[in-house]
Amino acid sequence: MIEITNLHKSYRMGANSLHVLKGIDFSVADGELVSIMGSSGSGKSTLLNILGMLDEADAGSYVLDGVPIKNLSEKQAAKYRNKFLGFIFQSFNLIGYKSALDNVALPLYYQGHSRSERMDRAMNYLEKVGLADWASHLPNELSGGQKQRVAIARALASDPKVLLADEPTGALDTKTSYEVMDLIQEINDEGRTILVVTHEHDIAQMTKRIVHLKDGVIIEDTKVSQVRAFENV
Amino acid sequence: MFDLDRWNEIFETIRKNKLRTFLTGLSVASGIFILVVLLGVGEGMRNGISREFEQDASNLIFVWPGVTSKEYKGLNPGRPIQMKNDDYSRILLEHSDKLDKTSSTYQVWSSVVSYGKESGGYRMDGVFPDYQYLENMSLTAGRFINTNDVQNVEKSIVIGYQVKKDLFKEEDPIGKYVELSGINFKVVGVFTDPGGEREEARVVIPITTAQKALGGSNNIGRLYLTLKQEDNFEAAVAASTDFSQQLDKFLKERHSIAPDDNRAININNSLENAKRFYGLMDMIRLFFWGVGVCTIIAGVVGVSNIMLIIVKERTREIGIRKALGAQPLSIVGMILHESIFVTAIAGFIGLIFSLTLLEFIGPAIETQFIYNPTVNFTVALNTVFILVLAGALAGFFPAWRAARIKPIIALRDE
Repeated sequence: MIEITNLHKSYRMGANSLHVLKGIDFSVADGELVSIMGSSGSGKSTLLNILGMLDEADAGSYVLDGVPIKNLSEKQAAKYRNKFLGFIFQSFNLIGYKSALDNVALPLYYQGHSRSERMDRAMNYLEKVGLADWASHLPNELSGGQKQRVAIARALASDPKVLLADEPTGALDTKTSYEVMDLIQEINDEGRTILVVTHEHDIAQMTKRIVHLKDGVIIEDTKVSQVRAFENV
Repeated sequence: MFDLDRWNEIFETIRKNKLRTFLTGLSVASGIFILVVLLGVGEGMRNGISREFEQDASNLIFVWPGVTSKEYKGLNPGRPIQMKNDDYSRILLEHSDKLDKTSSTYQVWSSVVSYGKESGGYRMDGVFPDYQYLENMSLTAGRFINTNDVQNVEKSIVIGYQVKKDLFKEEDPIGKYVELSGINFKVVGVFTDPGGEREEARVVIPITTAQKALGGSNNIGRLYLTLKQEDNFEAAVAASTDFSQQLDKFLKERHSIAPDDNRAININNSLENAKRFYGLMDMIRLFFWGVGVCTIIAGVVGVSNIMLIIVKERTREIGIRKALGAQPLSIVGMILHESIFVTAIAGFIGLIFSLTLLEFIGPAIETQFIYNPTVNFTVALNTVFILVLAGALAGFFPAWRAARIKPIIALRDE
């Protein structure tokens, strides 16, 4: 699903250049649930942003579902993001003036579906995350866990190949975190590929594979036996 | 543009961001409002001045003699000039090809007119028939002095509306006799004058009668002349200026007046005055336009500022939308579509308010200098269009920049 070879990325900060990713080789198969761990500054968010086409690598190759991602125009990048990827952010990033249902329906708007179909499908995904009753509520009327579940529903709405989650539980308490992870595990069980960036060990243990990043290189890549989140709730 | 979903998106954002929309709208609407009202008042002032000029024939040349102020050919200054019938007939003879309506007049500033028990002191003018057109009089009853009256030295009199009210009250004056300086005159008509009450407190008789009966001999007091119509205003002004100079020269030679003595012969050229006033009016109008355009510029700057703020405020949202697959063009389109929609609606609201104000308040304005303030609808409409365009342009650059920002940076924006 994801093939990365010798990926480099550096940021220019004034006169200095900060080499963040120093040659990453990494691949993810279909249906995997991978966590990327590392301390802050290890380059894990940068990696995720490049994977999400939100940022561009300086060197190296990136192939997503057989499509090489290189020198994309803004338009192409937008198209691929919409088609291949679903994002889950630490700070949820819901649009404040849109209801939960409208937030979920937004990626479908950019796919060009008709309104009735959008609403139909969005409602389906809201039901899936257990928030059908909250469809007409605005984000600020929802709890953190609910917001993240709406965000997950939105990420799923466009039926992407890969879900990218950047610290999805970073802003949530333990109990809610586990609920969200439970949902993520469920989605993975259905066969969807998911990448989770986290620095929490207990969250990482709930994935199937942990990739450790340190100073821009992968220092460890191990399969783990998955801890089911609902057992800990 | 006709995408229903896009409209839905826009109505939704407008509904959820009422204050923002209101502020944008307010700056546009007030800009248009102020501009249109200013243009209306400018036009009203122009109309007001034009109306002032309607009181007499607009191309009237009006001559009245004064007193010499300079020594010339051995004659002392301080000599009063008296025009004679001869002057008038010579002018007519020499310039018959150019002249249209003409009249010399002989007047008595205050003469007693009485009818029955009622009497009053009024200005009396002895005139030729053309005088009616030269003074822009209209008759409410009867007729004006005619050629027959002048030739036969008839004792006919046309009285002003004010005189009719004073002497005859509700009675019909036509055919009745009034006494003027002890002589009976037959009332043949009643006139009104756009100059108002003062001008209507007058009586008019044939000049021949005035000169014979009231001791005028062959003296005349004033000359009223108009020239034949020219093709355009500029040509008319040139012709009348030229004629005024010839007239001045002619009269000065006949009466042995120094060519540079400006006190002895006074020539009032309405057209030249009108031109000067129109020039002034054009300046005033230009000034109003200037102020109006500045207002519009202020409005555009206001819209630009608000657009900048809107884009700044929505940076994060733009990042989210881009992460979800929005293409740059759709982001620019969304922001512009909203701004154009809001400015257009607000512009038309401003337009409607200001036009309504001019329509209903305008006629109620009762000053001498503002009359019927109106504004050219096309001009107003164009202004709205320009403002909308400027607003769109002002919104385009920040929107374009926002659409180019990498989503990762936009998402980091707090």
